[in-house]
Amino acid sequence: MSSDGMNWYGVKAIYHFEMARWLRTLGQSLAAPVLTTALYFIVFGAAIGGRMGEIEGVSYGAFIIPGLMMLSILNESMGNASFGIFFPKWSGTMFEILSAPLSWKEMLLGYVGAATTKSMLLGLLILVTARVFVPYEIAHPLWMLAFLFLTALSFSLFGFLIGLWAETWERLQTIPMLVITPLTFLGGAFYSIDMLPPLWQKITLINPVVYLISGFRWSFYGIADVHVGISIGMIVLFLSVCLLTARWMIVSGYRLKK
Amino acid sequence: MVDASQAIVSIQGLNKRYANGFVALKNIDLAIRRGEIFALLGPNGAGKTTLINIICGIVNASSGTVIADGFDNVAQYRQARSRIGLVPQELNTDAFETVWATTSFSRGLYGKPSNPAHIEKVLRSLSLWDKKDEKIMALSGGMKRRVLIAKALSHEPTILFLDEPTAGVDVELRHDMWQVVHELRDAGVTIILTTHYIEEAEEMADRVGVILDGEIILVEDKATLMRKLGKRQLSLQLNQPLAAIPESLIDLELELADDGQTLVHTFDAQRESSGVAEMLTRLAELGIGFHDLKSTESSLEEIFVNLVRKPR
Repeated sequence: MSSDGMNWYGVKAIYHFEMARWLRTLGQSLAAPVLTTALYFIVFGAAIGGRMGEIEGVSYGAFIIPGLMMLSILNESMGNASFGIFFPKWSGTMFEILSAPLSWKEMLLGYVGAATTKSMLLGLLILVTARVFVPYEIAHPLWMLAFLFLTALSFSLFGFLIGLWAETWERLQTIPMLVITPLTFLGGAFYSIDMLPPLWQKITLINPVVYLISGFRWSFYGIADVHVGISIGMIVLFLSVCLLTARWMIVSGYRLKK
Repeated sequence: MVDASQAIVSIQGLNKRYANGFVALKNIDLAIRRGEIFALLGPNGAGKTTLINIICGIVNASSGTVIADGFDNVAQYRQARSRIGLVPQELNTDAFETVWATTSFSRGLYGKPSNPAHIEKVLRSLSLWDKKDEKIMALSGGMKRRVLIAKALSHEPTILFLDEPTAGVDVELRHDMWQVVHELRDAGVTIILTTHYIEEAEEMADRVGVILDGEIILVEDKATLMRKLGKRQLSLQLNQPLAAIPESLIDLELELADDGQTLVHTFDAQRESSGVAEMLTRLAELGIGFHDLKSTESSLEEIFVNLVRKPR
């Protein structure tokens, strides 16, 4: 235990464990999402994009890069973090985490920290892959990294909550498949919300993913569906709600302790 | 009762009612002495594992307090938990990790800086050293059990909980494990174990606690318990079978067995054996001869079964 009262060795142990799990299946962890993204670029960027005009001065192929990155980051963050905490619950090795001198902060730093790292690495790899297919420039690189980090962190945390909550494999899949995937596709990954009929332009604003993709696209091309400040505000709000929920779940032992 | 200064684990007024209404523990008071091997016995569902899980922080108590090595297990959970090692009943291990990695992981989890020398010592003491680079899934059940013990010892705990440590372990390995437990005790570790094999408690425990339906019904030094509740029997193989116990011997606790060929005398283990000498003299006076004799003592198992069966 270090002088600040934090169990940093515990954080390190969980972080390493989670990263090692990822490295063991690196092919699956990285190759699959990269391949999927490449397919998107080929189909949407090259095949269909060639027939589409520019959107606000950006070629269609380049326009979809931020949305595609978000799509992968959201999926990977949730998948990784939810599995990371669900699996010990399912296999029974959770007893060790629960009996260890760990606070909610250390559990989150270990599990969510590792999932965030993995998602960010994947996001950057997709960015590099995209370069093969389309030329692009990043207008605000630091903001791009900030959005990448905040999104990976928020959705890793959200995935962690799903993993804590889920009691069966089926439930583990339910929220990502039935809620997040539709929200992502309808969040403007492949279009600007200006393209929607006026009524849908209003309705789509209740979709939180719109703010993520819009903000992220702004960091690339300086174009946005909603003001970038609102995007950041929404991510921070989402992050805060997830953080408070995670704290409550771990401290009370909800779905963890009988 | 144990003096509080001697107690390394002190439990007071502990209750547990599960969400489904099942009351697993009723007002448990228990003190474990520093450096002892304490065996917690009880039938399935009596509350042994619930009690251990509450002390270790895996299950929340409904009420009551647990002090481990001077620290409250809720308010000062970091200090309390870092002193405790737990070997659970189920063989819950990772599959893809190596023995070395999983043991090192446990040490870190409990807030200790890495110490390869200690990990090596633990693995060697459990005969796991030559398996250190093997993945856990390649190991047998007995080996996995040892891995769980190694993990529990990785952070040098002062209190070790062994929940059914030898369930599903073959006889040879069980004796090896008893040896390991004795060595740990000699090294100053306090050990609390639950077991179905009463023989195990008889072999290892300094003190025994019996839990039944969520209540501790007895805590006693093992030797005292066996003296107090144990019975001894003396069986005499008679030269001539008897049809009935002679009138003049009716005051002795005698029974006939094997169609009158064996005379059985039962007496409390704690009583002096002077009664035996008297009985033998009186038999000789009556001319009842015997060609063989056998003396038996009740095992802890028999004592336990009687305790648990007794209607209360």
